[in-house]
Amino acid sequence: MKKYSLVLFLVGILLLSGVLTTMAAEAPVTINWWHIQTAEVEKVLWQGLADEYMAAHPNVNIEVLSLENENFKAKLTTVMLSGEPPDIFQSWGGGVMNEYAKAGLLLDITAHLDKDGWRDTFSPGALGVYSFEGKNYGVPRDMGMVGFWYNKDLFAQAGIDNPPATWTELLEDVQILKDAGITPIAVGEGDKWPGAFWWEYLAVRIGGQAAFDAAYSREGSFTDAPFIEAGEKLQELVALEPFQSGFLGATWGDEATLMGNGEAAMDLMGQWAPGAFADNSVDKLGLGEKAGWFPFPAVERGTGDPADALGGGNGFVIGINAPQEAVDFLKYISSVDSQIAQAEINLSVPVVKGAEGGLIDPLLKIVQQGAAAAQYFQLYYDQAMPPAVGSVVNDNVQGLFAGTLTPEQTAQAIEDSAAQEIK
Amino acid sequence: MKKNSFEQDVQTLPQKFGSTLRPQDRMTIVLFLLPALVFFSIFLVYPVFRSVYYSLFNWKGFGPTVDFIGLNNFKRILTDRIFLKAVGHGLLIVVLSLSIQLPLSLALALMVGRNLRGRALFRTIFFMPYVLSEVITGIMWLILFNPDPKRGFINAIMALLPGLKAIPWLGDTKTVLLAIFVVLTWKYFGFYMLLYLASLQNIPSEIEEAALIDGVNKRQMITYITIPLIGSTIRTSIYLSVLGSLQVFAIIWIMTKGGPVNASEVMSTYMYRFSFVRFELGYGSAVATVMLLISLFFSLAYLRLVRQADYLN
Repeated sequence: MKKYSLVLFLVGILLLSGVLTTMAAEAPVTINWWHIQTAEVEKVLWQGLADEYMAAHPNVNIEVLSLENENFKAKLTTVMLSGEPPDIFQSWGGGVMNEYAKAGLLLDITAHLDKDGWRDTFSPGALGVYSFEGKNYGVPRDMGMVGFWYNKDLFAQAGIDNPPATWTELLEDVQILKDAGITPIAVGEGDKWPGAFWWEYLAVRIGGQAAFDAAYSREGSFTDAPFIEAGEKLQELVALEPFQSGFLGATWGDEATLMGNGEAAMDLMGQWAPGAFADNSVDKLGLGEKAGWFPFPAVERGTGDPADALGGGNGFVIGINAPQEAVDFLKYISSVDSQIAQAEINLSVPVVKGAEGGLIDPLLKIVQQGAAAAQYFQLYYDQAMPPAVGSVVNDNVQGLFAGTLTPEQTAQAIEDSAAQEIK
Repeated sequence: MKKNSFEQDVQTLPQKFGSTLRPQDRMTIVLFLLPALVFFSIFLVYPVFRSVYYSLFNWKGFGPTVDFIGLNNFKRILTDRIFLKAVGHGLLIVVLSLSIQLPLSLALALMVGRNLRGRALFRTIFFMPYVLSEVITGIMWLILFNPDPKRGFINAIMALLPGLKAIPWLGDTKTVLLAIFVVLTWKYFGFYMLLYLASLQNIPSEIEEAALIDGVNKRQMITYITIPLIGSTIRTSIYLSVLGSLQVFAIIWIMTKGGPVNASEVMSTYMYRFSFVRFELGYGSAVATVMLLISLFFSLAYLRLVRQADYLN
């Protein structure tokens, strides 16, 4: 009996020491990475980067989770509220990220950025979106602006030679397209944020930086004239019934499907549009050569500069419980080579210096230059402001699209929320 | 008359055995109940109390609750036009369920409960929607309702029929609630049908035979024999239907998120929006508390009015 216990003891020691040595050699770590790319080429690119990194670092296991935009938001909210953020995840920076940072759910990577000149590889404006109170919580991969993506063939078919430069011209072109039997505009207003771009851009054109700064600093108000007028202009457009049938219940995916298949003439959307058009189209090619782009038209008597841009970008932030390897991996996927690869498949408008050359698409080059040249760059309202206000903007602009709310009611609802949330 | 309903059996249990229980038996009962009780407390009772606690704060869901605001959240709920609209929609779904869904289920149960050819097949078909998950149901109908006749089956048919044209069912504030009610009915009528079927099988055939000998026709049989004899099941189904209708969530959230412009908003989607989209968890908890109170009120009223009558018979 005693013999056996001695043997057992020795075997135990052996096993234990074996475990300990392997742990010392390469403590296995798992990195959870959530991104919102669902198009095949984009998923393949991310997975490829993860595979490369794992091959070079055998102790690191990267679990990549690809989630559709709306599903991502829902799932992320749940894990964030339970205090268990993923290690690396998609972020648009701004107000929502600030809430997470305030709650101590994000890892401060300022020191990492300052080491070895990592910070200097990014264009400062884009990087700034992922900082809050002087601390960095993530890095951008993409920055661009919202504008009109249009189908040149359909415009030509209706007899429109040049894209509209003013709001009045836009309304006229909408009517011309309608008369030609073409759906002028695709919008996924069931998702709300695509329509909010319209109201926000109108406010940018009509009131310029001054109007937003005044309202956001609480010296002014979201019931100020430019915001009311933005609603009135939007009403003028809605009155023409320029959208596809059932637009109030449609998603961004439906919107991209219509554009990608050439069933609607134009779409007010960000830099990710061409990739989504292609992925949602029947032939997976999207608009290709037929695609055109023009900036949001000037609004008559507006004080905003027509070169001002509404936009934003995508990036990744690091969760508070992430292992150190996660930061290293983030650095890996933010390299110039990675950025060039992203640009080549129209996934990102690059923000890392030296990767601009990766942009092949001439339209995305215009978008990139437009965003870089804008004197006043307005981050989307639902990212610039606290989540509650952003959500109220989206919800109430939908009321304008449906014709159930007046411009005054919309502005008042946003003002009420701002008064409560922005202090 | 012999009491044969399940509830009555349960009610008479303690009278039969209560006084004769030995201590060991009591121990056994407690031990068997304990696991369920623990889970019930952790996943139901505790969260309910937490929720009531949170409802007194202006709280975003992160960090400690510090901003105590008393009953302000409740004041805001009861004066919010959209919440009242959501309650209205909930009540409309209740009324439609009771007046359309349940009678339909009963009619089908009477049909497939009889000697109909292929009734087993029909039973299976009718019950199938209930087996599907709510998310799958929602996505499936989302595709069926697609406004574009090239993509949505329903509108494809509408476009083919003369005199009709495609309707954006879910994109129109006037049709959206109706469209969702169709989905809810499709999803749940099989469940109620099954309840009624089970109950129909408990009707002793002697009674029906006796009635037949007395010369009743089919209509009289159903009105005077069948329906009264499955009365307790009908009452149970009403109870389940009302509570289910008040709490419906997944299908609506998947299909419309309560939109367009709150046209299909119900209490649960309203609660979810505030809690998890706007990060106003304190307010969301207050909405949950109000929902709980409404459901509780209905349950108690039901117990008083209906169940007591059942016991007394």
